[in-house]
Amino acid sequence: MNQNHYPQNDSFRRTLSGRYRLANLWQGLFFTALVIAILSLVALLYNVVDGAFGYVAYEYKHAPSEFSAKPLDQLSKSELLELLKTNLSSGAFKKLDNEKPMEKRFKSDLYSLVLERLIQIDTKQTWSLTDSILHAKDIKAEVSQKYPKAKLEFRSWLTPVFLTTPMSSKAEFAGVRTAILGSLWMVGIAILFALPIGTGAAIYLQEYADKNFINRVIQTNINNLAGVPSIVYGMLGLAIFVRTFEGFTSGSMFGVTDSNGRTILSAGLTMGILVLPLIIINAQEAIKAVPDSLRQAAFGVGATRWQTVWHHVLPNALPGILTGSILAVSRAIGETAPLIVVGASTFISVDPSGPFSKFTALPIQIYQWTTRAQSEFHSIAAAAIIVLLILLLTLNATAVLLRNRVQRKY
Amino acid sequence: MDSGQRSTVHRPLSYANMNQLDLSKKTRIGESLIQTLLFLAGFLSIFITLAIVYELGKEAWLFFGSPDVTFAKFFGTTTWQPGIGHFGIWPLVTSTLITSLIAMIVSLPLGLAVALFLSEYAPPKARAALKPILEILAGIPTVVYGYFALLFMTPLLQNIFGKQTVEVYNMASAGIVMGIMILPLISSMSEDALSAVPRALREGAYAMGATKFETSIQVVLPAALSGIGAAFIIGISRAVGETMIVAIAAGSGPNFTFNPFKAAETMTGNIARISGGDLSYGSMDYTSLFAIALMLFLVTLVLNLISQAVINKFRQRYE
Repeated sequence: MNQNHYPQNDSFRRTLSGRYRLANLWQGLFFTALVIAILSLVALLYNVVDGAFGYVAYEYKHAPSEFSAKPLDQLSKSELLELLKTNLSSGAFKKLDNEKPMEKRFKSDLYSLVLERLIQIDTKQTWSLTDSILHAKDIKAEVSQKYPKAKLEFRSWLTPVFLTTPMSSKAEFAGVRTAILGSLWMVGIAILFALPIGTGAAIYLQEYADKNFINRVIQTNINNLAGVPSIVYGMLGLAIFVRTFEGFTSGSMFGVTDSNGRTILSAGLTMGILVLPLIIINAQEAIKAVPDSLRQAAFGVGATRWQTVWHHVLPNALPGILTGSILAVSRAIGETAPLIVVGASTFISVDPSGPFSKFTALPIQIYQWTTRAQSEFHSIAAAAIIVLLILLLTLNATAVLLRNRVQRKY
Repeated sequence: MDSGQRSTVHRPLSYANMNQLDLSKKTRIGESLIQTLLFLAGFLSIFITLAIVYELGKEAWLFFGSPDVTFAKFFGTTTWQPGIGHFGIWPLVTSTLITSLIAMIVSLPLGLAVALFLSEYAPPKARAALKPILEILAGIPTVVYGYFALLFMTPLLQNIFGKQTVEVYNMASAGIVMGIMILPLISSMSEDALSAVPRALREGAYAMGATKFETSIQVVLPAALSGIGAAFIIGISRAVGETMIVAIAAGSGPNFTFNPFKAAETMTGNIARISGGDLSYGSMDYTSLFAIALMLFLVTLVLNLISQAVINKFRQRYE
């Protein structure tokens, strides 16, 4: 009877080789899936870098010769300043002077101001890095045919100037300084709010809580909060912080009069609530990893529960808790949807001055620039993405290093 | 006897004092104060959930309580323009379902295959090198995926299917990129489930002469199925709640269509677009957003609860 079930000799060998073929085929397929995943990552990064550099064709609205006999880049600082003074309306000049005194600005700042305000660059078309390298000749031919007056220049949209200039309505002069500062303020508030509360909750759940109904509900609830879509937190922030507590978040309670509830404080608190479950879960893991012998030794010499926690458990869990909060920071820096709902402004050229100012954030700028139709905005969106990714990479690398140090200890 | 006597001689002085020491439990005010504070910190999470339900429910109640919004209109018509009296929710729901479905079609097979490769085939060194790459994919902000969908995936689809078929904003590219975003989540959760399958099961299969593939598919995979199911459900929940990719790439404007190459706004995309504009408190547009958000919250909550229940059951079986 068994002979019916188990193939013998030749037929056995045939089925065996068939089975191995199938096995190899599927192994290949599994490997392909991994390759696809890695290729997507490569494509994404390539796509971003591709957009951030490349040829750009632009025209001057006014010829430089209208303003100065000498070529502009040979002018001295005082000559540039004189140019701006004579050609800008006095109101516009005063406004610039108020933002930052003109005499104190660098020559390069003045030069770009001349370009922005007087010459007025008009970008016609931009090309990606790949096109710029592979089809440089075609691009040059196309430009000389389509825009005979235009200049063609290879440009990196990501420059040190891009990091330090505020927002502008023209892509060529826009920077991310206001956005970065806004993001930092917001994340700072979020962590100040979420780290103590999150650590406290984790200590309660790990060190104090008995296994009763309410504590089980708290634990399940925290795990569920971690899975709530971020935009729902945005709606919560809109309803509570922006609307209900407007007096507090707009600062009118503290004598600030020129704002509504759509401030950095609202956004920071919303983001704090969003990352709270993440911080609690990570802190719980860190506290769980502290060996029980430490607690027993502390109890053995007569320490109270809080003395044990404060002097022995927390110091040992601290690196893990910090790792968790770094991950929370990187989550908060990248989140966009709640900020849109809470009301980050899309156009702000003034640095945030405190928790009650209006603000914009790095991902909001990326969103805003990506959805614009003109290709030069896509280029600065790509440049801003590179800034954001480098920021996140640094944070995550720090977290990984911290985690590895902790792992070595125990 | 001798040793006993000696010990009485050397009995430390403090022993006599110890008899007077009160070792009964004392109430320490500081300790209980701290414990109360810590409990409140933990309880805040419950409060947040209640606040979400209350705030969303309150505004959604205003929306559904409005005499214009009837059950028949809400589920019976297919135009969503709450500002001017059209309350058919279907265009937002269908586009959410289509983008999520596309995302799951992309991420489930790929994620599962990646998990199988990493847990069953890859040598430990390769796994250690490959997992961080997937973690990078998981750590990229969704707005960057939105950029990728609009400026890479859409042109790619347009090149393949033609510019006439594929609109500039379309659900397909948003769905595919969302699938790529969810892939690391599915693969890491599935891999955890696969690695938790006891080694004895694999050894047993090998002893019976099964190939590695047969062992993985017929023995390990069924044993890890509940964990993989949990990953799948969490993946759906992420896809339904994902905002930035669809807000950037799927289109801005509710559109009742089943063609994935057409533009259509999802529930999350609608919230992002309307709340990004000028919004007056208490208007129909404002309350409608909360109605949508409440639906989103309930759907994801149910999905997350199911997934957690599945995981807990599966943990009990193998520990």
